[in-house]
This record gives sequence, C-alpha cells and structure tokens, in this order.
Amino acid sequence: MKTDILLSCKNLTRRWDGIIAVNDVSLQLERGSVHAVIGTNGAGKSTLINLLSGEVEPSSGRVELLGQDVSNWNQSRRARSGLGRSYQRNTIYPCFTVLENCRLSAQAQHQTPWSIWRDAQKDTTSLGIAREAAHQVGLDDLLECQAGFLSHGQKRQLEIAMCLSTSPKILLLDEPLAGMGAEETERMLNLLERLRANHAILLVEHDMDAVFRIAQRITVMVNGVVIASGTAEQVRTNSQVRTAYLGEHG
Amino acid sequence: MRYQKLFIALAFGLLAFWPFISGSYGTDLVSKIMIYALFALSLELLVGTTGLVCFGQAAFFGIGAYSVVLLSPSDTSASVIWISLAEAILLAGVFALLVGSLALRTQGIYFIMVTLAFSQMAYYVIHDTPFGGGTDGIYMYVKPSWGVIDLDKPAHMYGFIWVSLLAGFLFLSQLLRSPFGRALAGIKVNEQRMIASGFSVYPYKLAAFSLSGALAGWAGYLFAVKDGFVNPELLGWHLSGTVLVMIILGGLGHIRGAIVGAFAFALLQEFFQSEIVFGTFAKHWHLGLGLTIIACVAFMPNGLVTVPRQFMERLSGRSFNKSSQPLGEQS
Repeated sequence: MKTDILLSCKNLTRRWDGIIAVNDVSLQLERGSVHAVIGTNGAGKSTLINLLSGEVEPSSGRVELLGQDVSNWNQSRRARSGLGRSYQRNTIYPCFTVLENCRLSAQAQHQTPWSIWRDAQKDTTSLGIAREAAHQVGLDDLLECQAGFLSHGQKRQLEIAMCLSTSPKILLLDEPLAGMGAEETERMLNLLERLRANHAILLVEHDMDAVFRIAQRITVMVNGVVIASGTAEQVRTNSQVRTAYLGEHG
Repeated sequence: MRYQKLFIALAFGLLAFWPFISGSYGTDLVSKIMIYALFALSLELLVGTTGLVCFGQAAFFGIGAYSVVLLSPSDTSASVIWISLAEAILLAGVFALLVGSLALRTQGIYFIMVTLAFSQMAYYVIHDTPFGGGTDGIYMYVKPSWGVIDLDKPAHMYGFIWVSLLAGFLFLSQLLRSPFGRALAGIKVNEQRMIASGFSVYPYKLAAFSLSGALAGWAGYLFAVKDGFVNPELLGWHLSGTVLVMIILGGLGHIRGAIVGAFAFALLQEFFQSEIVFGTFAKHWHLGLGLTIIACVAFMPNGLVTVPRQFMERLSGRSFNKSSQPLGEQS
C-alpha cells in the first residue's frame, strides 16, 4: 500500500489575463510520501494548491482524486472526499475558541444540519476529532483560548489542526512553517513525519533545510513551469535548479 | 451567561404581566413592539448570525400580512388561527426561498441591492394591481379564532403575540446552538474556510434565508391581525431599513439584541413623538430620533446589549471575557 497514488494532476494550466500562473504541470501524490514544491515567490506554488483543492478553476488539465476524475467537482466536495488544505495566510475563525475552530472543521465531515435540537458543542464525535487534532499539533493547553489571541506560531499550528480535523487523506500545506520558531518548526516536522505514513502530503515551503529533511520528492517551479522533479538528491544536483533557484540562496 | 438568562426570563415575565399594570394604550404599544421584535429576530438570523445583509425583509413581513387578509374565507366567517398562520409562514417562506435562490448568487453590496429590488417588486405588485387593493390597502373584518381564543379581543391578541415572540426567541436560541447554527456562524466569520473544510455553503445560506423569511411572515401575520388592516407600506423599503436599524441598535450577533433594539427604537420613537415632552416640536420627531440613533451607534458600536458588560469592565478595570487571554498579536 506504500505506493498508491491518492492525488494526481495532468497538464494543469491556469492563465490570468495573459499571465500563465501555472503552466502544464503534472504531478502525483502518493501515500507515505511528502512531495515538496519549491520555487521563488510568484512561481505559481499557491495557485497550484488552489487548482488542486478546487478553489480556482483550471484553464485546462485535469485533477484525479483517489483515482477518480474530480476536475468538475467544487472545493467543498473535494474536501469531503478527503482533500485537506491549509492556507499560507492564517484563515482561522478568530472569534471562536481553539477547540471550536477544530470542532467546526470536524463537523464538515459529519454534517447533520437537520438535527436542530442537538447542541453542536456537546457533539462527542466532532469534539473527539477536534481534541485529537489539537493534541497532534500541541495545542492541548489552549483549547478554550480564543483563536484570535494566539501567537503567530500557534495560529499556524491551529491552521494545521483545523486541516487535520477534516480527517483528510491528502494534505496540501501552504508554507506551514512560515514564521515559526525553531522549537515549533521541529515539532511540526516531527508531526509531518508521523502523518506521512497514512497521508499523501504536498508541501509548499521556503525553508530548504526542512524540505530536504522530510521530502521524498521535490518539484521545482519557476514562472509557473516545472523545471525539475525528482528525489532530493536528483534535485540538489540538477544544474538548472542550481542556477535558477538554489543558487540565489546559496 | 447566567445573568443573561435571568435578564431574559425577567423581561419575558414582565411582558406577560404588562397588560395587568398598563392601560389599553400601553398594551397596544407593547403588542406592536413585540411584533417588531419578532420581525427583528428574523433579520438577526440573516444579518447578525449569517452575515447576510438583507435590505428587503419587509417583503416577507408584508406577504405574511397580506396572506391572512387575502386568504380569509369570507368577510363574515373567521379563519382558523393555525391554518391562516401556517399559510402566512409558508407563503413568506416560499417567496424567501425564491428570492434567496437568486440573491444568494451575489455577494456584498450586490446582495443588498438584489434583495432590495425583489422587495420593491413585491411592493409594486401589491401597490399597483387590483389584487392587493392598491394604495388604500384592505380591511379585515373578521379576525382569526380557534376554540376559545379570539384574536379580536386585545387580551387574547396580546397573549398570542407574547407566545409567538417567546417561541421565536427560543427556537432561534436553540437553532444557533445546533450544528446548523454553528455552520452559519462559521460562514459569517470565514466563508472560504468553511468551503475548504467541506461545507457547501449555498444550501446553508438558502435555508437560513427561507427560515428568516418565514419568521418575518409570522410577524407580518400578527401585525395584520392586530391592526385589522394592511397597506402596501408593510412591504416598503422604509420598513426594511427600520428593522435593520433596530438590530444594529440592539447589537448584531446577539439574538436578544434584536428584541432590545426593537424596544429601544420604538420607545425612542414614542418619546420623540410625545407632545407632552416636546410640544409642537414633536412633529419633527424624525430629527430627534435620527440624532439619538446616530449618537447610540457612535458611542455604542457593538449595540445596547454590550453596554452592561462594558460598564462592568470599566467598573472593575479588567476583562470579563475569560477565554480571551492575550497571548500575542491579534489577527
């Protein structure tokens, strides 16, 4: 079961008024593997995540989720089928508690809108999932804290916890480590290593040490085009990548 | 939380006893205000809870009101309360479903304009066609009754309105605690995140819109039965605006705010219209009312219902919101 492909896209392209944000990108996400997408700002990484999650419609190309063509599915339907995403900028519910942020996300997979006589915040199913997700990212002590008052790093953790609360099979993570301290980064990387076993993970990240530490496959994008894709070693030694991207930082 | 429940219980208790301590004028006034409060509750479900600013709520109110008059069996025999009420709620709800299914495809300012356009359409259908009796409106000669309950008697009418308001309030309170209500709250705060989590937000918003219309229809029904008269102004944008001001005055995001706002608005209006206080200036009551509301919104932007807590915080110099310990910057 180590190599089953959970999400793939073929020849995915998105144009915005003459600019090609994502140009003919094909990739596969497998269970048990972290696939990192790296590239400079404006390379089209976030747009790629938006295309895969269904938030943005592609100009052409197709997306397959668990072997099924989901190109015409909207974002919420893809999410209910096991596609979870986090955002680059925090998109939490700032006025709710940490627990309620996670519980509401968990509710999405167990929707019973007609049961209006039930108290949502006493629902054991969604509460259980929410507590477990908060525990995984290390927010146990802050369950009753209002999310808007969390520190930036804690909000990033909550962002991941909310994504996990939807019990996804595939995780699309948009810069989960941005703005995190060393300790928080370490915790998050350990979490990703644990999640890897049962999930297919797409990781967009600028922290190269982190990427080379946990990613099995790396795809490098420049101006919407994939210039290299392969194992960490293949990418590290690719001359095109060195000049286009890694060189600028090294 | 405990104080809020106590306050609400006391308020409803006081309203129950009000007819015994006030004269007929006072009873009539409070009956009218309670109807507005139920109407405001219906809008609070949309604006305060779901974040959908509807500027055509009066259309649903007016349809509820007109339905009871137009669907009465005849001028001589009374309609049954439950049947006529069900008709009013259903008609308003179905109209809201139609309006909502189209309006909810737009957002923000466009949503406001589309709801206004639909309500004006309903207004002109009633205003300019013989079907609705035109500008003059229609009188209702025999009021609905059921068994010993006869809505022609002011005391019965008052009791029926009181029960309606209480039922509407309790229903909404429970609704907001349910998974459905929590989803609406999530949609208000961050709709994109709700979609990303797997919620199809359109059916949720449409259900809220229809429910809100149905509730407004209920309030309209009460208004028509109480007054025994309907006119096209019940569907006009003035009334849509007034009820919006009520919930803003009371405090958006709190369902009791709708009731507090309706009372505050109506009592302020009563005060500025009073010739005993203002003499001949009372005929310019719009000025006084308008300035007071501007002042209220400027100094109490979160509405009247948050005033007690702010007062307590000032008094004790600390925050009462125990779940909001500052741990960093706020987003």
